[in-house]
Amino acid sequence: MAVRLLASMMRIRAVEERIAELYTEQEMRCPVHLCIGQEGIAAGVCAALSRDDAVVSGHRSHGHYLAKGGDLKTMFAELYGKATGCSGGKGGSMHLVDLESGFLGATPIVGSTIAIGVGAAFAFALRGEPRVAVAFFGEGATEEGVFSESLNFAALQKLPVIFVCENNLYSVYSPLSVRQPQGRSVTGIAASHGIESRQGDGNDACQVYEYAAKAVAKARAGEGPAFLEFSTYRWREHCGPFYDNDLGYRTPAEFERWRAECPIERLSARLLACRQATGAQIAAIKRAIDHDIAEAVAFAKASPFPRSEKLMEHVYAA
Amino acid sequence: MLPSVLEASALVGTREITFAEALNEAMAVCLEADPTVYLMGLGVPDPKGVFGTTLGLQEKFGVRRVMDMPTSENAMTGVAVGSALVGMRPVLTHQRLDFALLSLDQIVNQAAKWHYMFGGKTKLPLVIRMIVGRGWGQGPQHSQSLQAWFAHIPGLKVVMPATPYDAKGLLIGGIEDDNPVIFLEHRWLHGIKGAVPKGHYAVPLGRARIARPGRDVTIVASSYMTLEALRAADMLAEGGIEAEVVDLRSLRPLDEELVLHSVRRTGRLVVADTGWKSAGVSAEIVALVTEAAFHDLKAPPARIALPDCPTPTTPALADHYYPRAIDIAAAARQQLGLGRDSLGALESRPRHLDVPDPAFTGPF
Repeated sequence: MAVRLLASMMRIRAVEERIAELYTEQEMRCPVHLCIGQEGIAAGVCAALSRDDAVVSGHRSHGHYLAKGGDLKTMFAELYGKATGCSGGKGGSMHLVDLESGFLGATPIVGSTIAIGVGAAFAFALRGEPRVAVAFFGEGATEEGVFSESLNFAALQKLPVIFVCENNLYSVYSPLSVRQPQGRSVTGIAASHGIESRQGDGNDACQVYEYAAKAVAKARAGEGPAFLEFSTYRWREHCGPFYDNDLGYRTPAEFERWRAECPIERLSARLLACRQATGAQIAAIKRAIDHDIAEAVAFAKASPFPRSEKLMEHVYAA
Repeated sequence: MLPSVLEASALVGTREITFAEALNEAMAVCLEADPTVYLMGLGVPDPKGVFGTTLGLQEKFGVRRVMDMPTSENAMTGVAVGSALVGMRPVLTHQRLDFALLSLDQIVNQAAKWHYMFGGKTKLPLVIRMIVGRGWGQGPQHSQSLQAWFAHIPGLKVVMPATPYDAKGLLIGGIEDDNPVIFLEHRWLHGIKGAVPKGHYAVPLGRARIARPGRDVTIVASSYMTLEALRAADMLAEGGIEAEVVDLRSLRPLDEELVLHSVRRTGRLVVADTGWKSAGVSAEIVALVTEAAFHDLKAPPARIALPDCPTPTTPALADHYYPRAIDIAAAARQQLGLGRDSLGALESRPRHLDVPDPAFTGPF
C-alpha cells in the first residue's frame, strides 16, 4: 500500500509540474489551481475507496480526480479545451468528471459540492447500496453555511459520507486568523454535530490512508459519517503555475518549513530506509508516469477543438 | 383546431378535483410508477401537507420516500442534486418561493449547469416546487413571483400551470423530465377545481395552450393571471370584443410559435404576468413579438404586471398593487381605440384584493 500511495502522489505531482511548465505556452486557457504539496490527502483517501464509491471536489481537484482513477488523457484534453476532454472542453480544470472512476464532478463554488456529496451518500443509503461518498474541500469551505447544513443532515441520517477537509491555512491570500476564531478547531464543528472527527497530518499519506480506511469501513457498515481534517500546505500560487511568496501574504520561513515536509520526499525516504522500496523501483515508477504524461499531452494537443455546433449542445438532457 | 383546445374538449365528463388534489395525484402516480422518485421538503408530511398537496402520501409510500427535512434549503437542494446525479428523481418542495432563494447557489450554479459543463455526461432529473404567495398580508417576503429569474437561466425548465389539469400533467411531465424543473404554484390556484383525468398523463413542457380562442386581441398570461385574463375576456365579450387567451404553462422552454401564431392573427398583444414589470416575463413576451411579428401588430403591446415596489402587507395598499381583470380588459380596449367606460359596471370587485374568494380567510 505504501508504494501505491507513493506512486499516486508522484503521479499527481508530475502531472501538475507538467501543467505548470506547459501553462506558459498559453494553450491551456482556463484557471488552474495546483495542489502541489497537498498530494498526500488525495492519495491517502482515494486509496481507501473502491471504484464504486463517489468523490466530489472543489476548485483544486486535479489530485482528487487522478487519485480516484480519473483518466489522464481526457484530463489534459479538458485543460486544453478540446472536444476529447472529460467535459468536452466545456468545463476546464475547475470542472473535471470521470463517472467510470466514480469521480462525480468538481466545481469551484466553495463548499457547494459538500452537499452534493452528501446527496450521493443519501441516494446510496436510500437504495441500500454499500457505497460511500467523499467530499473534498478546503478549510475555507468550513466557513460556508452549506458546510454546517450538510454536517447536520449527514449526522441526522447517519449517511455513508466522509468529509475531508484539507486545511492549507489560506483561503486565496486570507489567513485563518482573519477568518476563524482562534482556539476553535474545524474538527470541533463537526464533532459538535455528533460526527466522529479526527485531525491528522496531511503530508503523511500513510496516516491519511489509515484514518480514511477506518472511516470508510464504518460508513460502509452503516455507522454513519466521519469528518477528517488534514493539515497541509499549498506550495504554488492560489491560481496559476507560479510561486507567489513574493506577494508577502506568507513568510519565506513558513513556506520553507512546509516545503521540508514534502509528502512525497517523506514517504520515499521512509520506504528506502526500511527497504520497502528501492531507488530503482521508484525511478521506474517515475519513468512510467512520465511516459503516460507525454502520451496524454500529445493526445490533448493533437485533439480537435469542439465544433461550433457544440455550443448549444447539452444545455438540456434529451 | 389547435391541440390544446382538443385537449380541453376531451375532458368533458371527467370528474373535477382541486389544483392541490391534482398535484397530490401527480406525485402519487410518480411514486407508484418509479422507485427512484422521492419527495422532500419542510412540512411535506406534516398535518397540513403543503396546502393539501402532499396529504396522505407518506402514509402510502413510507417515510423514506416522502419526508420532512431540516430547515436547510441550500444544502438540501444540494442533497437533491447529488442524489439525482446517482440515479434518483427528487421532488423538493418549498412552502414559499422566497425560502428557495437560500438555495440559489445549488439551483443556478449547480443544478442548471451540470449537464452542460460536464459535456452531457451527467443527467439531473429534479423538480423544485415553489409556491408563490398572495394575499392576507403575505407581504414582501412571502409573495415573490420570480419566474423571470429562473427562466433567465439556461439549463433550467420553468413551468407555471393555471389549471388542475395542467398542474397534474406538468408535474408528472416535470418529474419524468431529465432536467431540473422549477415548478411554480400560485397559492390562489390550490383551491380551484377542474376536470382532471385519473391515472397517468403528462403535459409536455414547453407547450402553451389556447385557453380561449378569439380574433381581436391576444392576451398572453400564465399561472393565476390566466384566470384574470379569462375574466377579462368575459368582460371584453360584453362589448363585442373576442379576446384570445394564451396560457403559457411553460416559461422555459417558451412556446414562441404559439404566441406568435396568435398575435399574427389578432394583431394585438396584452401580456399579463404575476411578476414585476421591469425585466420580467412580460417584457420577454413583448420583445419576442416585436422582434418576430412587428409588422403584424396593429397597436403597441401592453404589459399588465406588478408595479416596481416590494409587496405591501396591508390590504389598503395591496389593492393598488395587484392588477386584475379590469386592467387587462382596459388595456385590450385601448388597443382597439376604445375607452374603459363600459367596463366598470361589469367588474365584480371584491372588497379587498388580498383574498381570491370569500372562502379564503387566511392566515397562510
